[in-house]
Amino acid sequence: MTSRITAALRKSFARLRRRPARPGRETRGDVHIVPKDSIAANALAAVVAIMTFLAAVTSGGVAMVIGSANEWQSEVAREMTIQVRPTPGRDIEAEISRAQALARSAPGVAEVRPYSRQESDRLLEPWLGSGLVLDDLPVPRMIAVRIARGAVVDTAALRQSLAQSVAGASLDDHRSGINRMRGMAKAAIAGGMGVFALVLAATVLSVTFATRGAMASNRPIVEVLHFVGAKEAYIASQFQRHFLGLGLKGGALGGIAAMLCLMLAGRVSDMFIGTAGEADAAALLGRFSMGFTSYVVLAAEVGLIAGVTALTSRQVVIHTLRNIE
Amino acid sequence: MGDSENGVIQFENVGLRYGLGSEILRDLTFHIAPRSFQFLSGPSGAGKSSLLRLLFLTLKPTRGLITLFDHDTASLSADSLAVLRRRIGVVFQDFRLLDHLTTFDNVALPLRVIGREEDSYFDEVAELLGWVGLGEHMWSKPPVLSGGEKQRAAIARAVIARPQLLLADEPTGNVDPQLAQRLLRLFIELNKSGTSVVIATHDIALMDQYDARRLVLHDGYIHVYD
Repeated sequence: MTSRITAALRKSFARLRRRPARPGRETRGDVHIVPKDSIAANALAAVVAIMTFLAAVTSGGVAMVIGSANEWQSEVAREMTIQVRPTPGRDIEAEISRAQALARSAPGVAEVRPYSRQESDRLLEPWLGSGLVLDDLPVPRMIAVRIARGAVVDTAALRQSLAQSVAGASLDDHRSGINRMRGMAKAAIAGGMGVFALVLAATVLSVTFATRGAMASNRPIVEVLHFVGAKEAYIASQFQRHFLGLGLKGGALGGIAAMLCLMLAGRVSDMFIGTAGEADAAALLGRFSMGFTSYVVLAAEVGLIAGVTALTSRQVVIHTLRNIE
Repeated sequence: MGDSENGVIQFENVGLRYGLGSEILRDLTFHIAPRSFQFLSGPSGAGKSSLLRLLFLTLKPTRGLITLFDHDTASLSADSLAVLRRRIGVVFQDFRLLDHLTTFDNVALPLRVIGREEDSYFDEVAELLGWVGLGEHMWSKPPVLSGGEKQRAAIARAVIARPQLLLADEPTGNVDPQLAQRLLRLFIELNKSGTSVVIATHDIALMDQYDARRLVLHDGYIHVYD
């Protein structure tokens, strides 16, 4: 047995010694039936990279808008306000304390903060101007009620107990504001998803056409493989593998570029934290940051685009073979 | 892989038309016997290339029956046709070599597509390239080869898998008379080793050099001169 193995090894080595080496550093593995670095292939990789970049940036932006819209809704929905109007013959501070105690005892309430007289006066400054003495005016007092995350407060019961126990008190749960905000948020989400769908469709279409263009220059290869007796599956797999590689290469380039851009945008926005403009922008648009979901969406985009490239090449091969026959 | 009972190829009342035009090939009935040698000739436009495409199964006849290695080609699947096509070698007039592959890899293509590893065919390909005089150009790519060298590479590719039938379309159309003679000798040697050969040509001088069966196409009909 050992001698047979030794003889076989000797034969193999003898054959290798006789064999003229491939030129340069080329090995059998480097010989690709489908040319690897053609102009068409590089152009396709560039198209895939650009389209992946655009799709990834769009998905990042849309994820940010959706996150912000959800945040607006939940933040506003977690706020309620109790207004206590001064009533003749009643001590407003005592009424406020009673209202505060009632609100605190309501299930689901996380925090209750009454506004002081000075704070309430300051709320009027945008309309009345500053420097006025409002001591003689019956300025209503506000109590901000914050609801615990995920909790539901029975506003009807709280409203009723306030009406019964506190003179001049009313509860505003911002229902109409929340509904308007919810509509806005839904519109923002739908708009974002629409833009993303359009960009994705444009990406798929342009990658499909670019792949068809790149495949046109490969028609002679498909024909020769067909003529030398290659089966449809073999020819299709050669091209599918090659184009999947191109799609992944272009997709990875575009995806990484988009990721770096979003990260850079995040860094730049972090540099402006604390400024008034940043606070407004963050409240409206959210912060530039890439969460786990964004990475998953990005990877899915790269996979989808590479898949489209591979499947299109397969389809073109099959179509070409049908045409030959 | 043994010789077929009725011949390598059998045509019975085969007709071919493109689209709605008139028939360019009519009532073709002939056969190509195992180990036979024949020239296919006729004036330009007589349908030689179309007939070669029918022989090579890249065209389907409008009517009639083509039997290839005892199989009715009309009833075969695409994969079965691919397998049958491996038993046929073709030399194209325009060579159809892949410019990004070396001469070695071009010639080895028919072996590669059937899943053979390079180690198993390296010696065969190198030996054949030496035989057709391309040993020194084994690692050259087609763009640097002369017309005659490309022609020989195309022939080597057509015969590397030891086909039972060799079809050559104007194989001497681009070479000088001396090389044409060498190529003819190559085809005769292949025929002697058991391959049926069909050479499409209108080179009378070439046909006069070897006494072989002639299939002459004229006005869409075929005339066989045994």
